[in-house]
Amino acid sequence: MAVVFKRPHALKDVSLPYCPGCSHGIIHRLVAEVIDELGVEGEAIGVSSVGCTYNNYLFFNCDMAQAAHGRAPAVATGIKRVHPDHVVFTYQGDGDLAAIGTAEIVHAAARGEKITTIFVNNAIYGMTSGQMAPTTLLGQVTQTTPYGRKPELHGYPIKVCEMLSTLEGAAFVERVSVHDIKNIMNAKKAIKKAFQTQLDKKGFSIVEVLSTCPTNWGLEPVEAIQWLQENMLPAYPLGNFKDKDMEV
Amino acid sequence: MGEKLLMKGNEVIAEAALRAGCRYYFGYPITPQTEIAHYMAKMMPKVNGTFIQAESEVAAINMVYGAASAGARVMTSSSSPGISLKQEGISYASCAELPAVIVNIVRCGPGLGGILPSQGDYFQAVKGGGHGDYKLVVLAPYSVQELYELTVEAFNIADRYRVLAMIMGDGTLGQMMEAVEFRDKEETPDFKKDWALTGTGMNREHNVVTSIYIKPEELEAHNIKLQKKYEQIALNETRVEVYNCDDADIIVAAYGSVARIVKNVIKMAQKEGIKVGLIRPITLWPFPSKAFEKYAQVPKAFLTVELSAGQMVEDVRLAVNGKNNVHFYGRMGGMLPTQKEILDRIKQILK
Ligand SMILES: Cc1ncc(C[n+]2csc(CCOP(=O)(O)OP(=O)(O)O)c2C)c(N)n1
Ligand code: SF4
Repeated sequence: MAVVFKRPHALKDVSLPYCPGCSHGIIHRLVAEVIDELGVEGEAIGVSSVGCTYNNYLFFNCDMAQAAHGRAPAVATGIKRVHPDHVVFTYQGDGDLAAIGTAEIVHAAARGEKITTIFVNNAIYGMTSGQMAPTTLLGQVTQTTPYGRKPELHGYPIKVCEMLSTLEGAAFVERVSVHDIKNIMNAKKAIKKAFQTQLDKKGFSIVEVLSTCPTNWGLEPVEAIQWLQENMLPAYPLGNFKDKDMEV
Repeated sequence: MGEKLLMKGNEVIAEAALRAGCRYYFGYPITPQTEIAHYMAKMMPKVNGTFIQAESEVAAINMVYGAASAGARVMTSSSSPGISLKQEGISYASCAELPAVIVNIVRCGPGLGGILPSQGDYFQAVKGGGHGDYKLVVLAPYSVQELYELTVEAFNIADRYRVLAMIMGDGTLGQMMEAVEFRDKEETPDFKKDWALTGTGMNREHNVVTSIYIKPEELEAHNIKLQKKYEQIALNETRVEVYNCDDADIIVAAYGSVARIVKNVIKMAQKEGIKVGLIRPITLWPFPSKAFEKYAQVPKAFLTVELSAGQMVEDVRLAVNGKNNVHFYGRMGGMLPTQKEILDRIKQILK
């Protein structure tokens, strides 16, 4: 029943530890396929963050660093400045990037740091078992918003792409989703373009990927995909927010 | 030795780092160490290096983490409140065994405190300001010449053991103009960094730099490995100046700028026929306990003088181990002890 793909070389031959129906596995695969297609595995250096994917340094075949919670863009900055011709990417969740690591991502983008960020927005803290994230939707029930997220108590969701695209240093900003085949193909295109933006030394690039967390949403995998389409797509419109040539 | 120049302490730290081959500096402005950043901002572009004014000390130390992971010689500098913010990164980098140099030109605390000289960060530096069992090599220069030599040494120690090395000074040293003689060329041993993130080139297994070990057996094994490394460092890298101690009646323990004051006190005391010695820890960790053990039977007592409420004095007491009295005299808030104050305290103890 499962479709057997050829595993991309950039992904190690191990089974990924994520829950059934979780988008992280698909996103890992897309990143690895892009690394393969661009032929940059030997020059790639990834930075894992803190969240369910904290140890994805084990899964990618390229050199990898593990960063403290939220600090991946600063770590990637240090790496990229030492190896300016290498391909440096971070892989971060929404708690990591949009809460504790807000300053680091904003300033990496503002500096036009030539790194690529894969930003996984599942509207919740996965690893710590389902607390409110900055991207949690209004009304959404989590462990720390048991009566739903209320703007007067918890504020509003942060739209990371909209925010970062205002920065001159951000060269490529796109939001994608991986809830069906068509969107997975689009997501891969965006990730490839983001890496290419870095290779062309145009500036900072980020792809926000809307993702499922069936475990902490309390849904079956199929229901989770439905929930994403019905609730996340309206709140987080897909599309490109920035694709600019910095060399103007 | 080569060139002799009159330079400001903070600038000498930066110049020493450049001479040691440091080409990456990440920092956030804070008094009284900003000259280090200014110097780096000016010089790095000339040597094809990188200077980044980070958005915070938290970001700066994580840029250090990245650059060190990538195999480079890298430095950050700050002062007490900023060093507090760096503690997260210090703990992570220590666990990941990354070599780098951190400069703390200490100012008064707690809190925002004040910008004047202090030694109130001793505990934070030598007992671990961040979480977990780790050690920094902490070097405490007391002259501009030593700022140069120990900064170069800090890079070598960091690379030799894959640890963080900290230069601890204060505003007195940082702002002081003094002659410094530079060597023509620094001898940098070739530290092979085959663990660093340089890209696999598709011809080796991937390298990983991490500070997480989820399995308890693995984390314990890693901790044991770290502790063994710290034992080696304690064995090989302890530095101390023992001055005038052999026929002393009383021995003063002091480090950094305070030790300069104490050396003058020793001269004053001599004129009055009082024999005072000085043990000046140059490495605060590893602490030169042996020097204190050796002189533990000094006729009268020990006196520790610090710009704090009494921090290093605890390590002096541990080293003396009850074999003698260990007194303390300290000033805080940026107040400096005068030579007379210290001499009066000595006389009082000897009475
Ligand atoms: C300094 C610090 N604070 C808190 C934590 C605990 N923590 C681990 S993962 C996590 C949230 C991760 O959520 P997210 O970034 O959304 O990633 P996900 O798990 O959903 O993939 C938190 C708060 C930590 N590891 N470090
Ligand atoms: S908890 Fe959520 S984000 Fe984490 S692996 Fe499971 S489904 Fe994925």
